[in-house]
Amino acid sequence: MSTLNVNGRNHTVDADPGTPILWALRDTLGLTGTKFGCGAALCGACTVHLDGAAIRSCVTPISAAEGKRLTTVEAVTGGADRVGAAVHAAWVKHDVAQCGYCQSGQIMSATAFLKSLPRGKQPSAAEIDSAMAGNICRCGTYARIRTAVADAAKNLA
Amino acid sequence: MLFNHFDRAEMPRALQHLLSRDPADEPAALPRRSFLKLAGVGGFALGAFPGMALAQTDAPADKPLGPTHQPSAFVEIAPNGEVTVTINRLDFGQGVQTALPMILADELDADWAKVRSRHGSNAGAYVDPMMGMHLTGGSNSIKNSFTQYRELGARARWMLVNAAAARWKVDAATLRTAGGEVIAADGRKLGYGELAEAAMAQPVPQKVVLKDPKDFRIIGRPTTRLDAKAKSSGRQDYGIDMRLPGQLTAVVMRPPVFGAKVASLDDSAARAIKGVKAVLRVPLDRGAEGVAVVAEGYWPAKQGRDALKVQWDTASVEKVDSARLLAQYREQAGQPGPRHFDADMAPLAGAAQKIVAEFAFPYLAHAPMEPLNCTVRIGADGAELWLGSQMPGLDGMMAAGVLGLKPEQVQVHVQMAGGGFGRRAIPTSDYVYEACVVAKAARAAGLDAPVRTLWSREDDIRGGYYRPMHLHRAVIGLDAQGRVLAWDHTIVGQSIVSGSPFEGFMVKNGIDMTAVEGMREPYDLPIRLTVHHPKVNVPVLWWRSVGSTHTAFVMETLIDEIARTNRQDPVAYRMQMFGEKHPRHRAALQMAVDKSGYGKKKLPAGRAWGVAVHESFQSVVAYVVEASLKDGQPVLHRATAGVHCNLAVNPRTLEAQVQGAALMGLSMCLPGAAITFKDGVVEQSNFGDFVVPRITDMPQIAVHIVPSAEPPTGMGEPGLPPLAPAFANAVTRLTGKPMRELPFKLA
Repeated sequence: MSTLNVNGRNHTVDADPGTPILWALRDTLGLTGTKFGCGAALCGACTVHLDGAAIRSCVTPISAAEGKRLTTVEAVTGGADRVGAAVHAAWVKHDVAQCGYCQSGQIMSATAFLKSLPRGKQPSAAEIDSAMAGNICRCGTYARIRTAVADAAKNLA
Repeated sequence: MLFNHFDRAEMPRALQHLLSRDPADEPAALPRRSFLKLAGVGGFALGAFPGMALAQTDAPADKPLGPTHQPSAFVEIAPNGEVTVTINRLDFGQGVQTALPMILADELDADWAKVRSRHGSNAGAYVDPMMGMHLTGGSNSIKNSFTQYRELGARARWMLVNAAAARWKVDAATLRTAGGEVIAADGRKLGYGELAEAAMAQPVPQKVVLKDPKDFRIIGRPTTRLDAKAKSSGRQDYGIDMRLPGQLTAVVMRPPVFGAKVASLDDSAARAIKGVKAVLRVPLDRGAEGVAVVAEGYWPAKQGRDALKVQWDTASVEKVDSARLLAQYREQAGQPGPRHFDADMAPLAGAAQKIVAEFAFPYLAHAPMEPLNCTVRIGADGAELWLGSQMPGLDGMMAAGVLGLKPEQVQVHVQMAGGGFGRRAIPTSDYVYEACVVAKAARAAGLDAPVRTLWSREDDIRGGYYRPMHLHRAVIGLDAQGRVLAWDHTIVGQSIVSGSPFEGFMVKNGIDMTAVEGMREPYDLPIRLTVHHPKVNVPVLWWRSVGSTHTAFVMETLIDEIARTNRQDPVAYRMQMFGEKHPRHRAALQMAVDKSGYGKKKLPAGRAWGVAVHESFQSVVAYVVEASLKDGQPVLHRATAGVHCNLAVNPRTLEAQVQGAALMGLSMCLPGAAITFKDGVVEQSNFGDFVVPRITDMPQIAVHIVPSAEPPTGMGEPGLPPLAPAFANAVTRLTGKPMRELPFKLA
């Protein structure tokens, strides 16, 4: 038995402590917004926040989340998170998604990145690329991702 | 992607063979089912099943409306005025989930803010109206359903108007519609939601008058996707997110070599893993055998699979080696074979100049971001499947065969898919077959539960159904002035459809039409094309833009080379070749030239221009690109697209489609874009070694659409083919060496 704090609520999860957070979220807790893409920390589709830092939930065991706060895309874009709300709005405004499958992870990486910036700082194009380089989009939405991240940063300033 | 080069007249016959009964018969009962189902969820599906509708109509019924033209299966209007449009395709990113409702809503005069969208099923109403089968492919969705969805909208509008006329006791001709309301001459208004129930009692009109395109209010307007919010918040469900009560998850251990079987199995460790419910030996696609581990979730299933000890019997299957296969293809290219087109090759002998070229293209995986999955629930008198399918009719037939059911006992619920690029349109229904076999075996083992079979990324990269490896060889003879006298061309590569139900109408004279699409046109040159289709133990499949993934590269780099031999500008040479016969090619290229500043703008030192134009799926895309070399590696900085796809239904999605297709075209050029074999085993396994582009690889891509009011042509794929050759042509300008291989290799 492990206790996971997800989006501000504690959940008891009856799973092997080595189970990746991804599968506890998806198969046990039914939070399917976090996606399975590669299972090897190569594509970023499974990105969640652990105590605010972006991690790959497909390779991080639930034992690593004991006593910490897990945040998923459902909460980040749920409205209460100022930065997440700005990212969500920019994603919609710029019609970023195509198939959309990777976008949960993209949004989680973008949100963690923007939160890491000093208030009011506008990221450069190279900084945005570097922050988003761990997330694969097979549809090729990268151009709009760049625009959306920059726009969200501007709106947060 | 597929079915671009087939004889439509042959399609129904081929399908009869394929489906073992006439698909035209199948849908008759289905609109009623849809009607009842839709009416049950709080809205009113317009129209009724065909018999009743026709009995009520005043107009002489020369031919009953087919189910694909009955509003009842496509339009539901809720009392609050929300209009839900069912799409007859799979949306896997290309945006038909929004574009098809746009087309229907325009003729309906709906309030766009109240329009919703949902996926269809394998019900007969959702076949492609031109093909007569369920298909998302060949960039056909908008092209083949444009008129269909306009008429559906116009029919529904007619019924609403007549319902209002009956209520107000006025002549329907005095009424107009706008923004989801019927408006009387005196200014009275009734919302569609208020009229929907009464409209259902109206006859379904057979003939409807469509709008003059100048009156379109939604079609042609850059429109945000209907799923943009859901897809920007983790709330969009895909097939993989299916969760039924009691559902179990299966992963399958497949043999290391295609077609191999299990020699021995020790599953004791796997069965001991908590959550594992069953370990099952199952037959797989193409005569192979595998082992399925069924468990309470993906993780225990995967743990169970990792714990299996399996010995494989690979003795009877061919073990492919990529280097050896290429050598075999080279050998085969020198042999006589069937000709796709012919020309007099005698002038080759006396040609003043010659270009001799050989091209090699590797196998490629589709690698959609959502791993393949299919959920199967077997019930007392039928089965239901949930998956993102490009061919739900065919997949349903396959499921019926495996499960011992009649086709009408299988319902396929089409789910939003996380990419596909062709991998979800499989003539053999490979992963559907597998999921059904697993669900059936699980049931036989006493597990009365729905089963979701889920592939890992490694399963996907190693699981076959690749874009086929190809070798092209060209010998081109030119006279002293650089005119092409004769062009002897050979293609070697596996046939995609050979041995599949599609062979009958997509293979002609021994040549798979998907292998040669994109050759010669639009260049009026004396080409002789010989084609060889070797049999190789590697499952192959269409990959976004199919034959044009290689033919465009070959044609457009060779045309550039001929222009160079002639000391002609590559744009001017192409324009001269297009002449008056290919105005859309001219317009697309001119657009790209004008917008890029080609020939006017001075490029920074170390940068070069590259140009390519290609028609696929009846649309033409031209790229003018800027590239340089950095540390010896080619870098693509900027691409300007000129697009001719006739009327652009949703320019906002179209821009995204071209940008995405361009990036996928670029993906073919980058190091690591190849599936290779050693001793029959795929050497790649995940995104670490089958490399796909990241944001840092993304060039600036500007998309410009040639204005047109002609009926729309496809745009899911045509942005892909010309990107790689345009990039290659720029690199050749920098290095002076021709590019003959993908991914790029600078010798």
